Amino acid sequence: MAQSLFQKVWDAHSVRTLANGQTQLLIGTHLIHEVTSPQAFGMLRDLGLPVAQPHRTFATVDHIVPTDQQREPFRDPLADAMIQELRRNCAAHGITYFDLASGRQGIVHMVGPEQGITQPGTTIACGDSHTSTHGAFGAIALGIGTSQVRDVLATQTIALGRLKVRRINVEGRLRPGVYAKDVILHLIRRLGVNGGTGFAYEYGGAVFDRFSMEERMTVCNMSIEGGARVGYVNPDETTFAYLRGRPYAPAGAAWDQAVARWRATASDPGCGYDDVVTFEGEDIPPTVTWGINPGQALAITENVPDPATATGDEPAAIAEALAYMKLSAGAPIKGTRIDVAFLGSCTNARLSDFQEVAKYLPGHRVAPGVRALAVPGSQQVRQACAELGIDEIFRAAGFEWREAGCSMCLAMNPDRLQGDELCASSSNRNFKGRQGSPTGRTLLMSPLMVAAAAVSGAVADAREVFGVKS
Amino acid sequence: MSLEKITTVTGRAVSVPGNDLDTDRIIPARFLKAVTFDGLGEGLFADARQAATAAGQVHPLDDPRFRGARILLSGANFGCGSSREHAPQALRKFGFRAVIAESYAEIFFGNATTLGLACVSADRADLTRLAAAVAARPELEVTLDLVGGVLRWEGQTAALTLRSSAREALIQGRWDPIGELLDGRTAVAAAAARLPYLAVPQK
Repeated sequence: MAQSLFQKVWDAHSVRTLANGQTQLLIGTHLIHEVTSPQAFGMLRDLGLPVAQPHRTFATVDHIVPTDQQREPFRDPLADAMIQELRRNCAAHGITYFDLASGRQGIVHMVGPEQGITQPGTTIACGDSHTSTHGAFGAIALGIGTSQVRDVLATQTIALGRLKVRRINVEGRLRPGVYAKDVILHLIRRLGVNGGTGFAYEYGGAVFDRFSMEERMTVCNMSIEGGARVGYVNPDETTFAYLRGRPYAPAGAAWDQAVARWRATASDPGCGYDDVVTFEGEDIPPTVTWGINPGQALAITENVPDPATATGDEPAAIAEALAYMKLSAGAPIKGTRIDVAFLGSCTNARLSDFQEVAKYLPGHRVAPGVRALAVPGSQQVRQACAELGIDEIFRAAGFEWREAGCSMCLAMNPDRLQGDELCASSSNRNFKGRQGSPTGRTLLMSPLMVAAAAVSGAVADAREVFGVKS
Repeated sequence: MSLEKITTVTGRAVSVPGNDLDTDRIIPARFLKAVTFDGLGEGLFADARQAATAAGQVHPLDDPRFRGARILLSGANFGCGSSREHAPQALRKFGFRAVIAESYAEIFFGNATTLGLACVSADRADLTRLAAAVAARPELEVTLDLVGGVLRWEGQTAALTLRSSAREALIQGRWDPIGELLDGRTAVAAAAARLPYLAVPQK
């Protein structure tokens, strides 16, 4: 019987059925960071339990790391206590830790793929909702809470109910100036911020077949923004080519065996899905959020909605969002003045994100009054950008070129909005207060659109600003 | 590990209305800068409460009439956003033992259940009726009967829904699964041995 990747991987990792009907699910790879693991290690100490599989546990530090410079001790004593605690816990339990001095530190969802730890057909858990990123490789990758981090540390398993699977096809081609970020913002806009509740999203179709691994990661990353805890793409030659030669990828004869196994985990032709939806790539515009959740989005050419002409629940939600965002009902989003431009986060801080922007940036300058931050997601990306001269292109254009970390995506480090600053951001959440100021405002968009806003001083159509050829 | 069997939750309620109340709103990220969950109750809805105060209003959580409420009422997709367990931890530390909302985001729901914080769903019309009663008489007691699947207040009732795995976990006192997961050690080892990527230690 034809099966989906989700079914195959779920079944292969099912240990047994628990008394309440949930599955005890084996977690092959556990990724940890400084924010959601210290309490879990504390629980382990209280229970007197060891870490069951330290060699399947990998750590790095990302959320609280300053990006102006990474020297220790950090100026923020709380942040400093968190990195010390992670270091202590990893040392005490024999856990591989990609520390600041390793040259391999970065946002945990970038480090796993870069190191070849993230592999097809595996289960991956991390105390972070953007763990869905790793699904780009054909893994079931789950964001979990801290008690579940404890569960994985202690037992290498979690208790979980089986998800349904929705296949999402994006067929045809994307238009010039339209990126993976636009695809996922468009999908969330159409399917809703809770449309994916109870589902794993399987992404496929011609657009995904052509996508690089980095583009697939951008889409899978924001699955949770559409309510889907898991998002994945079936592994193919693109996946294998990305993994080959990475430090933790199999090598030699083991490589060939692994590729054969990985190939077999892909969804079988004709397998059943609980739901199937199809989009046409040509219909997807450069997309920008205007509100306070990622589903409140529109095409760059559209106007902000008007509660007066909305129906159902919408008027109250639109009015609340417009009041917070200080936007006028019915006004064009294009031309909205910005204060900050942030190019970073586990959604869009990979080499290809900076490369794409660097193609267009020469000859442009960040507009007066705009603070523009470029924050590579990992030390490896930062290094690669330096080798290619990309960092100099960003600096010459007036961007601050920073060290690796989560930075202003959630502002647990010193990078944050002030007051009601408006930020054009390549990150993943536009919630109230998300970027560190209780009145700060976020517009989500692709990296090239962030750059267009930075040089224009206002939300702009990157295709016009940079003359992207159609 | 013996846990309380949570068959009913009774107490006064307070309504924090709205759909898509995300985890950043429930507990802003700056409160996550710590290596324990201590003191999180103070951060619950901190920005919304401060904004209300600054605007000369009183946020429901700061309204003395609702002090001591054990049950939170809210809208659809409650707890969307991040996986931070700090969100249900903050709710518990503030004193809540149950949430009644239209629906929940998945990770939040699982995290809350694992802490024994009962998250039940009710129809919007019933929630509106209950919220109105609570607003009119803050002292009224609400009971969630998880076994009977019903909400009760002042002689009124409404159906509550709760997925069966969470219902069983709460009423059987199995909401924290660690004991049961540990009991499966032998089966875990057998399952791991069938998976080449786990059986063969990688370099």
